[in-house]
Formats: sequence, structure tokens, C-alpha cells
Amino acid sequence: MTTNFTDFDIEAVRRDFPILQQRLSGDMPLVYLDTAATAQKPRCVVAKVVECYEQYNSNVHRGIHQLGDRMTTELESAREKVQRFIGANEPDEIVFTSGTTMSLNIVAHGWGRKFLRPGDEVLVNPMEHHANLVPWQLAAAATGATLRYIPLTADGRLDLSQLDELLTRKTKLIAVTAMSNVLGTINPIDELARRAHDVGALICVDGAQSVPHALTNVRSPQIDFLAFSGHKLYGPTGVGVLYARRQLLEAMDPFLAGGHMIREVFLDSSTWADPPAKFEAGTCPFIQAVGMGAAIDYVNSIGLAKIGHYEHLLSVQAHEKLSQVPGVKIHGPAVEHKGAILSFTVDGVHPHDLSDLLDRRGVAIRAGHHCTMPLHELLNLTATARASLAFYNTPAEVDALVEAVQGARRVFRLK
Amino acid sequence: MSEPLEDIYDDHILDHFESPYHKGHLEHPTCSHSDRNPICGDQITVELLLDDQNRVKEAYFDGKGCAISQAAASILCEQIEGKSLDELKDFQATQMLDLLKVRLTASRQKCGLLGFKVLKTMLYSLDGPDEPASSG
Repeated sequence: MTTNFTDFDIEAVRRDFPILQQRLSGDMPLVYLDTAATAQKPRCVVAKVVECYEQYNSNVHRGIHQLGDRMTTELESAREKVQRFIGANEPDEIVFTSGTTMSLNIVAHGWGRKFLRPGDEVLVNPMEHHANLVPWQLAAAATGATLRYIPLTADGRLDLSQLDELLTRKTKLIAVTAMSNVLGTINPIDELARRAHDVGALICVDGAQSVPHALTNVRSPQIDFLAFSGHKLYGPTGVGVLYARRQLLEAMDPFLAGGHMIREVFLDSSTWADPPAKFEAGTCPFIQAVGMGAAIDYVNSIGLAKIGHYEHLLSVQAHEKLSQVPGVKIHGPAVEHKGAILSFTVDGVHPHDLSDLLDRRGVAIRAGHHCTMPLHELLNLTATARASLAFYNTPAEVDALVEAVQGARRVFRLK
Repeated sequence: MSEPLEDIYDDHILDHFESPYHKGHLEHPTCSHSDRNPICGDQITVELLLDDQNRVKEAYFDGKGCAISQAAASILCEQIEGKSLDELKDFQATQMLDLLKVRLTASRQKCGLLGFKVLKTMLYSLDGPDEPASSG
């Protein structure tokens, strides 16, 4: 199989990420394969955040002064960048949150607890990150609604063969990830959205892994709720996004209460501001949001389609080479059904030992259950090792991963 | 290639991992306790058989997890047989880490001390008003 990496200027990309230039102890180059946990930041994002702090840091939507005006303008400009990036109709449909987890909790509380009734059903599945599962368990317990599970196929995809029985007029919402943070599985959001809407249900999409690596358009398929994080999109930590259609944001209850989210406050009651302010109680992470806007500009300057294509080529190469190492099992579907994530186990080497041994060669991966205990239960594993790729990784780094895994097997005296 | 870090996967650790001491279960343990590290999922059960002077006659462990957590539990069982409960109460985490003979980073110390923590929790429960009881 031929993989053509030549039309992608990887060296130019790597120069944009200062952290990738460093040497670790033992003069090892850093091989960062943990982007699914958090992505590295290009220099322009770091520079934008420094510019905010050094030149016009000031609380937004409050001070009638020059700094406040500038900061507010920057924040609202970042909101418009997010809006265009995901194809939303208007900037007011973009709520800045602290991250994907907060975004999903806002939906589970503000929509779920308000509208779910006893007998209603929420359709989830065992591959969800705890952040798109546990909030729905709590919402179901609070309202008397029931969680139902779409089963998985043996290769870790949603098994939609029973969907007609699972998805009925009782179903009020499908909560689903667009890309599994463990298996890398890319789920058919298009089909799920259409079929949810056919029975009058909504769809809540966890886009934490998908949004940074594949084009998202919330109007096609029509996505009702979309949650994602800034820090996995090459932006700062502490900021995320909840997208929801305006009509839904207007109908929902607020989650956090406090400053900025009110219209009027009386001694015994209050009324709410219009969205997105209604969901942005307190001081929002405005500088982080501006940094996220800079990250979106950076991603757009390279092109998300080009990024996704390069990452896929790299992922194909990684799957081919890693699967040839004796005792290695890569979990999840075939490479054409997944994003650039490899969760794997090595016979005779526990994932934590593997991660530790890889680290000695400068190769950073993640080991554990990756906040998906039900999925690991299903796989009958307590932990997996996960290598996740980004467009700043190289074919040589894939080779370094494979060599390091072979080295770990040697340490454990495996033939 | 230069020497990156002190190697924690030396023969002492790997030998205990591959051929653990008293891995399994006692038929009639005097007391037992299990716990897991919620972050990584490693699990350890420790079972003790005490004699009539409250000395450890036999110590067994069982568990799943990384080489460090499992080897450490094996070393722990080997070490505590013959010890009195009072001696076990005096047994400190630093002594446990010394027994491993390798230097662990802060994050891997949690692995190396999982069995120790299970033992200590069990000892606290023995101080309760009731007779020694199985838990976990």
C-alpha cells in the first residue's frame, strides 16, 4: 500500500509547536502520542493568550472602558469563529463552558431534568465516555426516565440492527459520541440524527474527539446538541463549547446561577438573560475562549480536511506496523471506520508498565480505562494502552512507537 | 542509546511478577481485604491466617494489574509472614518502598503501595469493636 505524505509540509507544522522541539531526559526527542487526552498548542495560540494578558486583560461585558471593550470584542469574535467552524446559524447558539463535561451536564440538567418524564427513554451505548453517560444516569434517576443501550458489534461499532426496537416514540434523546475516545470508532451521526428526528427525539453529540479531526456541520446532519473542548482543538484548557439550536437554548433551564445569566433579580425570584448569557453564569473563561478562536484560525489555515487526510494515512501506517508486533491486539474496528486512535494491549505486559517503558524512550501514550469503564468491562479488560495521533506526528514517530513496544516486550523477557 | 532512567523492571521485580509468592487464596483466612486503584483499575486482595498469638502464619494475595503492583504484593506477603499484628502496624510505607529495591516515581509509588494500603486498611478494621471480619 502506498501512503503519500509528501503533499503535507510536516516540518513546517512541527515548527509551529514549540513543545515538540524539546529533548526529554536522556536526550530523547519527545514523541507525543497522547493528543486524544490533550492536544499540543501552536505558538500562535500561546501568543494570543499572552497578548490578552499583557495588553487588554479586562472582564468582559462589564467595564465601560477601553480594555473592557477590546476584550469583549475579542471574545465575541471568538464566538463567531466557533459558529462558522461548526456551521451554526448564529453566534448566540454558541455557549462557552469549561469543557465538554460541563457542556454535557448543562444539557442533562437544563434540558433533561426539565423535559424528561417517567416512562421516557434516553438512548445511550457502552462506548460513551463517562461524561456522556453519568450525567444521563443522574437525569434519568431524577426524572424517572430510563436509559436504554444500543449494543456494540464485536469490532466495537454501534450495532444498529435492533434500532427499530430501541428507538421508539418513548425515546426523547440519543446521547452519542461522534468518535470514540478509546476505539476511535466513527459513529454514523447522520443516520442517528435522522432516525432520532423521525420519532421526535433529539440527538446530543459528544464531539470532543471528532471536532478537532473532521469537519463538523451542525446543520447537516441536523445536530441538536454538540459538546466539545478547546484543549483538544489545539486551544487552551478550561474552555469548551455547547452548541444547541436557539429554540432549545431558550426552552432549557439554566444550570449554574449567578452573575451575567440574569435579566432581573428580585428578592424572591429572578428572570434569565437570553442565550448564550443564560448559560454563562459568572466570569466565563474569556481569554481561553479567545485562545480557542486563535486555534480555530490555525486549524483553518492548514485545512481540517487536509489534517484529517494526513492523520488517516498515519493511522493506516500505525495499524499496519503495530499489528505485526507479536502479542499486540488493537481493539476496535478496522482502520477505515475509525479516527487516528489506537487502543491496544500487549500479551504479558500490563498497559501501565508499557506506558512507563515507552516513556523511557520518549514515547508518551496513555494507559488506563480512559473514562470508559463500561466499555472496558465489555472488552473484559481493566486497562488498555492508547496511542492517539495528530497532524504534527510523523511516520518516524510511528516507527518509534513500534520499536518502543518491541523494546518493552524484551524487558518483560517475551520472545 | 544513553541510559534514560534507572530501570525499575529489574530481575527482582520481574521474578516476583512472573512467579509470585503465595498468589491465590487461603481456605480459611482469619481476615481479608480488597481494594482497587480507581485511576488505573489495579486490584489487590490480601488474606491473612493468624495464629493464636496474633502472628501472621500465612499471607496470600490475589489481584490484577501492572508488574509493580503485583510484584509488590508478592514481596509484601513474603515479608509479613511471622510478624505480629503490632509489628505490622509499625510497618511504614517507606519500608515497603525500600523492599522493592527500585526507585519509583510518585505516580508509580501508588502501584507499589497498593497491596500495602490494602493491608493497612485491613489492620484498621481489626481494631474495631467486633471480631476480625472479612470485608471487601
